[in-house]
Amino acid sequence: MMKRIWALFQARNLEFLRDRSTLAWNLLLPFLLVFGLAFLFSGDGRPLFKVGVVAEGAADTPVDVQLHPFLATRHVAFHRVPAEAMAATIRKVGRHQLDMLLDLRPGQMHYWINEASANGYFLQQLLRADNHPALQASSVRGEQIRYVDWVVPGILGMNIMFSCLFGVGYVIVRYRKSGYLKRLNATPVSATEFLLAQMLSRLVLVVLFTVVVFVGSHLLLHFVVEGSYLNLLLVLVLGTFALIALGLVVAARVKSEELAGGLLNLLTWPMLLLSGVWFSMEGSPEWLQWLSQLSPLTHLLEAIRAIMLDGAGLADIWVNLAVLGGMSVLFLLLGAWLFQWTER
Amino acid sequence: MAVVRPPAEVSGPVPPATGQAGRQVDVAPPILEVRDLKKHYASVRAVDGVSFTVRAGTCFGLLGPNGAGKTTTIEMMEGILSPTAGAILYKGEPQGLRFRNEAGIQFQSTALQDFLTVREQLRLFKSLYPQGLSLDEVVETCRLSSYLDRDASKLSGGQRQRMLLGIALINDPDVVFLDEPTTGLDPQARLNFWELVNRIKARNKTILLTTHYMEEAYNLCDEIAIMDHGQIIAHGSPAELLARHFQDVVIELPWEDFTPAAAWMTHRKLEKVQPVAEIVTRDVNAALDELLQRGVSLRGLQVRSRTLEDLFLELTGKALRA
Repeated sequence: MMKRIWALFQARNLEFLRDRSTLAWNLLLPFLLVFGLAFLFSGDGRPLFKVGVVAEGAADTPVDVQLHPFLATRHVAFHRVPAEAMAATIRKVGRHQLDMLLDLRPGQMHYWINEASANGYFLQQLLRADNHPALQASSVRGEQIRYVDWVVPGILGMNIMFSCLFGVGYVIVRYRKSGYLKRLNATPVSATEFLLAQMLSRLVLVVLFTVVVFVGSHLLLHFVVEGSYLNLLLVLVLGTFALIALGLVVAARVKSEELAGGLLNLLTWPMLLLSGVWFSMEGSPEWLQWLSQLSPLTHLLEAIRAIMLDGAGLADIWVNLAVLGGMSVLFLLLGAWLFQWTER
Repeated sequence: MAVVRPPAEVSGPVPPATGQAGRQVDVAPPILEVRDLKKHYASVRAVDGVSFTVRAGTCFGLLGPNGAGKTTTIEMMEGILSPTAGAILYKGEPQGLRFRNEAGIQFQSTALQDFLTVREQLRLFKSLYPQGLSLDEVVETCRLSSYLDRDASKLSGGQRQRMLLGIALINDPDVVFLDEPTTGLDPQARLNFWELVNRIKARNKTILLTTHYMEEAYNLCDEIAIMDHGQIIAHGSPAELLARHFQDVVIELPWEDFTPAAAWMTHRKLEKVQPVAEIVTRDVNAALDELLQRGVSLRGLQVRSRTLEDLFLELTGKALRA
């Protein structure tokens, strides 16, 4: 069995690596995207001032403007932050992801800014102009997280998603249409062996390419990486596996390349929009956030950003890991159960 | 039309060939047995009740016009298509893993993975089987050495068919399925391929072959079944079939030479007119006497025995198309 899987694995790798144009594209596209975005968003990508407010009142209600005259300032987005999220939010101020945090609870009356942030400085000047009741200042320090730091996992994730879904889903459908699956079906190879070989080949190549692209852009752009590289690799492998398994489900029976292309686009585009590739889903309607949790890409990106930007350990991201693992098993079983070599 | 005629270009009826084929039935056990096989699609009965046995070490030919159900039949026997009804037994058992290990298969059009050389394709398929021939043996048998390291997608038609045959032989199969292996090949490539098939036969393999070409069946097959509309309409050894259906021979004359006798021939069986008149008769001597009496020149005369092609046309009423 291992001999057969190994032979099919090698053959698929050779086919992929010898297809020069596709290969170049697979390497070049993510690099182009990373660097293009790094230049496009080299300034501050979000001109609006963002201020978090901890105050009394129900979770989903707007903050009472009467609490402080500063809350009436125009062109500033004030949003309520739950008291439990204080620590995480202060960290965000340190990361320049939030310009200021106000604590307007009775007896607290405090504000946090990042001294190194221009936005923070301006907001502080505005606040001082009308600081009554008076708020105590606290400053937070921290390295700025540029948009590129935040968006790089998104770009790599997007690339992984396309590579997995099309590289497995589309290729198997192509094999079925050309009749290669029919030929393999006439050999002692089992469907499991064939599918495992395809998965392994894609997994190894995608992980390898992603690491190359990541390391290459890291050397030039110096991303913020707070957590462990080993955990990043683990999440990368798990997420890639889940996406490949999803590709197997698409490819299980479809015989037409056009239909496969349509189905794959139907899957990838919503995932692209809902998984927080380009912008955070924070602040979007709740049902949309709920929907985004159905996408394996969301969990891959959440986990990777948590490790890179917040220095999370595996225990902090166990929910994402569990969902990715569960989805992998589900898709794998479904894909294997549905799989047909050819129409019988 | 450059057609290789059966070697029996002699006058007189073909002697009834009962002996040889008849005896083999009792001796060799069937390696493949097909019982009342059916494959029905929504609107078509592609195969509609086909039964036959293939004896070990023989070459069995399935003949028929396009759409007769040959490929559907052979693909059910290969285990690729599942029958609507009926049974297929390999060595007395339904096809299982043993069958897939011991069968060599060449589809009508076989697709392979892209970007692999001939050597890599052979290696890939070799590692899918627990047993098999060495790469060198296959390369030698199928004469692949001159393009072994070429990209498999860049071969000529004949080279590609030889490579596919090599892949079909890589597991040293007991039974080899060849579905129209020479369709689309030029006459030289076809003769080459026949020689390869004869080499395989010499290794005592069982071969199941489908073809459009009667001369191919005549040259390669020990037994043939002619199919049309999903059913077998004739079955036996080539010689047997000819003897059963034809006790007559064909006299061919250029039409210009023949015209003086045209009026007389109207009550005879006149198969074809212009440019060649074909007169079908059981008594060559009498027919020739008559022609001479009528002043017909016999310079362009040819007498041939009836071929499988004649039989095919008579049975199916259709011309063979490549």
